[in-house]
Amino acid sequence: MATEAHGEATGLTFHPMDQFIVKPLFGDGPVHWYTPTNVTLWMAVVALGIIALLVLGTRGRAIVPSRSQSIAELAYGMVHKMIEDIAGKEGLKYFPYIMTLFMFIVFSNFAGLLPKAFTVTSHIAVTGVLAFAVFFTVTAIGFIKNGAHFLDLFWVRSAPLAIRPVLAVIEVISYFVRPVSHSIRLAGNMIAGHAVIKVFAGFAGIAAVAPVSIIAVVGMYAFEILVAFIQAYVFTILTCVYLKDALHPSH
Amino acid sequence: MFSLLQEAATHAAEHTEDAAAAVAQHGDAAAHGAEAAGHAAEASTGLPQLDLSSFPNQIFWLVVTILVLYWVLSKIALPRIAAVISDRQGAITGDLMAAEEFKQKAKEAEAAYDKALADARSEAQKIVAANRADIQKELDEAIAKADAEIAARTAESEKRLAEIRESAAADATTVARDVTAELVRSFGGDVDQGAVDKVVDQRMKGAVQ
Repeated sequence: MATEAHGEATGLTFHPMDQFIVKPLFGDGPVHWYTPTNVTLWMAVVALGIIALLVLGTRGRAIVPSRSQSIAELAYGMVHKMIEDIAGKEGLKYFPYIMTLFMFIVFSNFAGLLPKAFTVTSHIAVTGVLAFAVFFTVTAIGFIKNGAHFLDLFWVRSAPLAIRPVLAVIEVISYFVRPVSHSIRLAGNMIAGHAVIKVFAGFAGIAAVAPVSIIAVVGMYAFEILVAFIQAYVFTILTCVYLKDALHPSH
Repeated sequence: MFSLLQEAATHAAEHTEDAAAAVAQHGDAAAHGAEAAGHAAEASTGLPQLDLSSFPNQIFWLVVTILVLYWVLSKIALPRIAAVISDRQGAITGDLMAAEEFKQKAKEAEAAYDKALADARSEAQKIVAANRADIQKELDEAIAKADAEIAARTAESEKRLAEIRESAAADATTVARDVTAELVRSFGGDVDQGAVDKVVDQRMKGAVQ
């Protein structure tokens, strides 16, 4: 209320968080679980973008790839190599899952940079589900593949016996904090970048500082392009690391 | 007045279920205030990310999207890209092998060429040697023939020379006998032709030699 009053007084309007509001696409009713909202719209955009790149882009099946096929192959190769390098050959079984996560996050992050867009990965509900899905999947894989030996992950055999219980407590806590940090890292980066751009853009209302504001927005936007990719990469690489822990729990 | 209404409205916004009751209590003006405060409350809840009422919606659509994407990627996109990449790998390996084969063939061709060249060279050398031998033979024959002819002619010449020499010697003997006989006669001696011939021949033996 205070910011609103201030905004009315100076002609400046700061609503950096309004871009994150979940709204129904049609009408103005309440948001039920099935309501088509801007979340639905932008997830559809993301899904169609991914399908356009990975399915339509590769329809030529060319030995000498077209541009879109090159990008698709580049993405494929990058994630494939990442899993192989970190989790080993056994990790490749989960390649489609990790590839889906990577493509979804990277496309969401970039789609969110379009003007007027809604960034689905800026929502803790979305990143939380992704992170917890990884957490539960990886934990399940760990117990199925290694049985009780999976608990070796928390029992650091390379440490002296006396401090192992202490380390075990720390390891257990850090293990359960993983999905939280995993999801907040991504959502937080997205929220912060988009909010800062909005704040800078809000200053453009004052003619005197408008040029500075525009330069700042451009700089921030370039930075956000970097962040959009890096955060998707980080999310994926951490998923691979967690998968590696599940496949090879002993330190 | 306004602040009072606002207070009431805020109160109403806090207990949204009671809002209708509050509106009923405070009349139209209060209702207006409640609306404004409601808006304010919406903005002041802070992050839309923490608005739990939107969670089921987001999670539902996220699950739908992820399932669709997972299905498309695992059934269509990734097998296709994997096939393309392995095809390319196969094509490259095949091409490399074909190139290796061609290289081998080229080497063989080169060896065959070298061999043919060497053969041709040795053949040529053989022909040259044969020709040379033929020529030598002919030459030798010609030389031998010429030698024989020269020898024959030399022999003939020598014969003639010997004849000439003989006749010259005979002439000289005759002249010497005649001169000696004439000298003896002119000295008043009695010419014994036989003795004169004997003495002259004896003397001539040393001179002619």
